[in-house]
Amino acid sequence: MSTKAAQPQREQWGSRLGFLMAAIGSAIGLGNIWRFPAVTYEHGGGAFLIPYLAALLTAGIPLLILEYTIGRKYRSSPPGALRKLAKPAEAIGWWQVAICFVVATYYAAILAWAVRYTGFSFDQAWGDDPEGFLNNDFLKLNETPGEVSTFVPGVAWPLVAVWVLTLVVLAFGVRRGIERANIVFIPLLVGFFLVLVVRALTLDGAAEGLNALFTPDWGALSEGSVWVAAYGQIFFSLSVGFGIMITYASYLHRKSDLSGSAMVAAFANSSFEILAGVAVFATLGFMAQAAGVGVADVTSSGVGLAFVAFPQIISEMPMGALFGVLFFVSLVIAGLTSLISIVQVIVAAVQDRTGLARVPAVLGVGGAVALVSLLLFANDSGLYFLDTADHFINQYGIALAGLVLLITVSWGLRKLPALQRNADATSSVGLGRWWRICLGVITPLVLTWMMVDSLRHELDENYGGYSTDFLLWAGWGVAGGALLVGVVLALLFRRRPAADHPESADRPESADSPERSA
Amino acid sequence: MSTSAIVMMIVAMLVVWGGLIAAILNLRGHPDAEEPDPEDVPHPL
Repeated sequence: MSTKAAQPQREQWGSRLGFLMAAIGSAIGLGNIWRFPAVTYEHGGGAFLIPYLAALLTAGIPLLILEYTIGRKYRSSPPGALRKLAKPAEAIGWWQVAICFVVATYYAAILAWAVRYTGFSFDQAWGDDPEGFLNNDFLKLNETPGEVSTFVPGVAWPLVAVWVLTLVVLAFGVRRGIERANIVFIPLLVGFFLVLVVRALTLDGAAEGLNALFTPDWGALSEGSVWVAAYGQIFFSLSVGFGIMITYASYLHRKSDLSGSAMVAAFANSSFEILAGVAVFATLGFMAQAAGVGVADVTSSGVGLAFVAFPQIISEMPMGALFGVLFFVSLVIAGLTSLISIVQVIVAAVQDRTGLARVPAVLGVGGAVALVSLLLFANDSGLYFLDTADHFINQYGIALAGLVLLITVSWGLRKLPALQRNADATSSVGLGRWWRICLGVITPLVLTWMMVDSLRHELDENYGGYSTDFLLWAGWGVAGGALLVGVVLALLFRRRPAADHPESADRPESADSPERSA
Repeated sequence: MSTSAIVMMIVAMLVVWGGLIAAILNLRGHPDAEEPDPEDVPHPL
């Protein structure tokens, strides 16, 4: 007891609202805005709602509750929390930390682009060729993927700004930094998007865009790929699988409602996706009508949607500058709140392991991530690195780590009943057997299917048309490297207790009780 | 817009936004049990 009394108290959220805003801010990211609308359109339109809701209820919410419960119960970042589940499971935690490192480096680069495009919106600097402007003038893209011949200052300085802002927020801590930032940013983001929706709906052709998005293709429901796409969207959209929610929940107090909070966060994320879908497709409808083509011909997602299609639309619409600024600032806000949560996983893991105070941890760890980010993505091959790393770390990092975690917890350690009791003890919505079935059977099966499906595609053709050599080091190498780092760090720390739980690190806990004292 | 598209848009909004409102109301009806204010205890920077 005396040892525990000597330890510094773990930070805590100031309020339930603060935690919820941070969790929602983490979940709502670029994927909500530039991925969901296109995925919905391509997989049955209005009919996609059915597999989407099924995925939300059978995978998204149960996974959120699982991560909240692990974080709240063990009060540590992923490596420490999973080590307390079972010592070898610490490797999964470090694997998740390594994944966060990779994702943070390129995610910040996209935010840097959005910062620059906010400025470009004022005078529509892209002229009448947004694609050429993006590749040649802005990114100065090399013709050979992987070949680096020049540094790109136009990406570097906004990237530095993004990192400074992120690290300043993190340096202020969980309550004064992350919580306050999200309480300001999330309502602001929703407000901006409501303005965008109203503007988009008043454009000519908006109804055609919404028609394309929501017209149901019921035949799509018989296709397995549509269901896999729905689970994929929910999985990648909710920030589950790479330790963020375990980390955020580790700052909850012991009597927090877990299942009720998970439902609010999950439905808030989906609510924003619907809003984004309306805004994006109403705008694409305008673009299609202006060009005299069908909506299908202008539909895109990801970088192409945000940095090629939207600039073109901004140039064509009345008051385009205002629309452009609102759109790109929204991208920056949505991405920033997610980036903060991703970097927090790394900072918390280092703090928990070493006992380092927050500011040196943020400066050291965050500084290292920022440096790698600058070196890799502020050059003329940055887009290639980003595209490849994103694809491989999503499929064979986040999704695979999520699958391994689920199988380990549900089948290897058989901890779901204990975790369920822990969550139920303080939650407003009781978890029944369905929760264990969702996590032990349904979600692992769908994730396995996703994995096999994805591997089949990799073998059929090279991702993005890149050379095998390039994919081997920039794709497989990155995803495999994250796994390797996880295992090596876990082996390195195998016999050394963590700073946050010195006396108990080597003793896998058995307690099911949520009231076990801190 | 076609009737089916309008119906599916309304259903999507009702289910998802309605789900959010229901989840918020549920949570508001179950305030967390009191805990000591962590501001009262020291924590690292």
